[in-house]
Amino acid sequence: MTQAAVELQTTADPSGDRALLVRCVGVEKSFGSGQARIKVLRGTDFDARAGEMTFLVGPSGCGKTTLISIIGAILSADDGGVEVMGQNLRKMSRRKLADFRLAYFGFIFQQFNLLPALTAAENAAIPRVARGESTGAAEKKARELLGKLGLGDHADKMPNQLSGGQQQRVAIARALVHEPDVLICDEPTASLDAASGHTVMELLRDLSVQGDRSVIVVTHDHRIFEFADRIHHMADGVIERVEQDPPGS
Amino acid sequence: MYRTALRMLLGDKTKCLALVLGVAFSTLLICQQVSIFFGLLGRASSVVNDVREANVWVMDPSVKTIDVSFPLRDTELPRVRGVEGVAWAVPFFKANVQVRTRSGTLENALLNGIDDASLVGVPDEFVLGSVEDLAQPDTIAVNPAGFRLLFPGQELDLGRELELNDRRAVIAAIVDASPAFSANLSIYTRYSLATRYTNNGRNNLSFILVKTADGTDPQAVCDAIEARTGLQAKTTEEFRWMSIAYVLATTGIPVSFGTVVILGAIIGVAIVGLTFNQFVLENLKQYAALKAIGVRNGKLLLMTLGQAAFVGTVGYGLGLCAAAIFFSQWVAQQSDALRGFYLLPEVAVGVAVLAVLIVTASTTLSMRRVLTVDPATVFRG
Repeated sequence: MTQAAVELQTTADPSGDRALLVRCVGVEKSFGSGQARIKVLRGTDFDARAGEMTFLVGPSGCGKTTLISIIGAILSADDGGVEVMGQNLRKMSRRKLADFRLAYFGFIFQQFNLLPALTAAENAAIPRVARGESTGAAEKKARELLGKLGLGDHADKMPNQLSGGQQQRVAIARALVHEPDVLICDEPTASLDAASGHTVMELLRDLSVQGDRSVIVVTHDHRIFEFADRIHHMADGVIERVEQDPPGS
Repeated sequence: MYRTALRMLLGDKTKCLALVLGVAFSTLLICQQVSIFFGLLGRASSVVNDVREANVWVMDPSVKTIDVSFPLRDTELPRVRGVEGVAWAVPFFKANVQVRTRSGTLENALLNGIDDASLVGVPDEFVLGSVEDLAQPDTIAVNPAGFRLLFPGQELDLGRELELNDRRAVIAAIVDASPAFSANLSIYTRYSLATRYTNNGRNNLSFILVKTADGTDPQAVCDAIEARTGLQAKTTEEFRWMSIAYVLATTGIPVSFGTVVILGAIIGVAIVGLTFNQFVLENLKQYAALKAIGVRNGKLLLMTLGQAAFVGTVGYGLGLCAAAIFFSQWVAQQSDALRGFYLLPEVAVGVAVLAVLIVTASTTLSMRRVLTVDPATVFRG
């Protein structure tokens, strides 16, 4: 499928009231070249709406990470259409993609990826500082958010002084501090015990799915499926089925 | 983001220290070696520099340096005086002699014989006594470092007797002569006395010192002297560089010092390069995360450059301070043998440029890693 064949005309949700913030149609992506070329995404369709938690699940190697990398404007699709906030990512330069990420996305990584030399508040403030805001103003906002996440007393601690769950909450603060429209979470509970994982997901639901924000969660963790509004089941590079309001949600 | 970059660097204290010390070590080593090199070159022309009154040196055509002279006939002096544009011309004698004190201390000395009548050719500054004291019988002036060589641990004073070639010499003045290349002990005396001390026979005239007449071009006077006498005539500046060029061409000094400077730079690049590379490698995941968040490559590059600039500035500052302490405290106050070696401002500026090159070369590879790191790696666990 060529890009020309996939024209994304609208971001309006054809099936519901909520606005469609992310829409992928027929996305294809391959890695390697020649005989070693592997097709990871084979015409994948995906969408995520405002005010929803959308889960992307599936076995390892099915293409989940590649898909969220493309949605998150980190990787480019070989073919198909990728539209976020009404803008076609495939038409953007690398520089513009970086600006787009900073403006519209928040990221939560499996390994937290906090800067070890910075305090929790300084880590959480990074996206605002990167956008050119003064360090003082950015850290003030970060401290407010850390307070809401129950880390008000830990704002000046270094990452190695925090537990795994606390570090992930700092990562959540970093992902939300610049009030992004789309939050992409890669295995947010994988490095946490069950209780911490549950707490993190509750916080994500309470703080993230507000207003028009869309949260996309890639996970293997069945224990947190209850937090999903919709679950996209993925296998061999395609979305096999979409589960609306799964049991327990 | 510069603050973030700096915090990242300072957060890894061991590597930060290694980086700063790497630059500091290179700076100290290069500053010290280059300054000593220039100090040695200065010594190669110190006698020329110390003669302030004359501006042309006349010598045998075969002479290539102030340290190796070939005697001229005494009759050359009036011939030079007869050249148009010469205001005055005086003899200058130069030889190496052995000096012995009454207590038996033996030293090699650079003996300079100056014009008996005018006493032209002696350095301007006297620590004790004056140039007029050299008019007295059997009197000489020595430099402070030479005095301390002859009389270790004793205060500078006058009236002490020395033996030069079985002849008596009395120290009548202490003159602040520049350190010479061939000996640490410099002696100034009248031309007639100097020739007696060496007992060389008829031809003793090493050089003729010339002052050109006001309004004449020294170079034109040199040409005229050469044309009229067949001797070699050089302006002071020419003769200074000629003597320096001789040392550069005939000794292993440039190669020796150049090797140390190159090694210092290589060691600096190696230490800083490897450590910085290790630092970047350990933080690559963090750089990838910053990229994924949306920090542009340009900003990451500036962050890395900021870290490099901090390392370079602090390292260079520490190295320069250490070099300054070495020269101002140890060299200047502890050792006459190293007198005349200074940390020149030009060297400090030159080494600053070199430090920038060292840091740039060291961080280029690391910067490339930062720029090419795939932000998608943060999703790969």
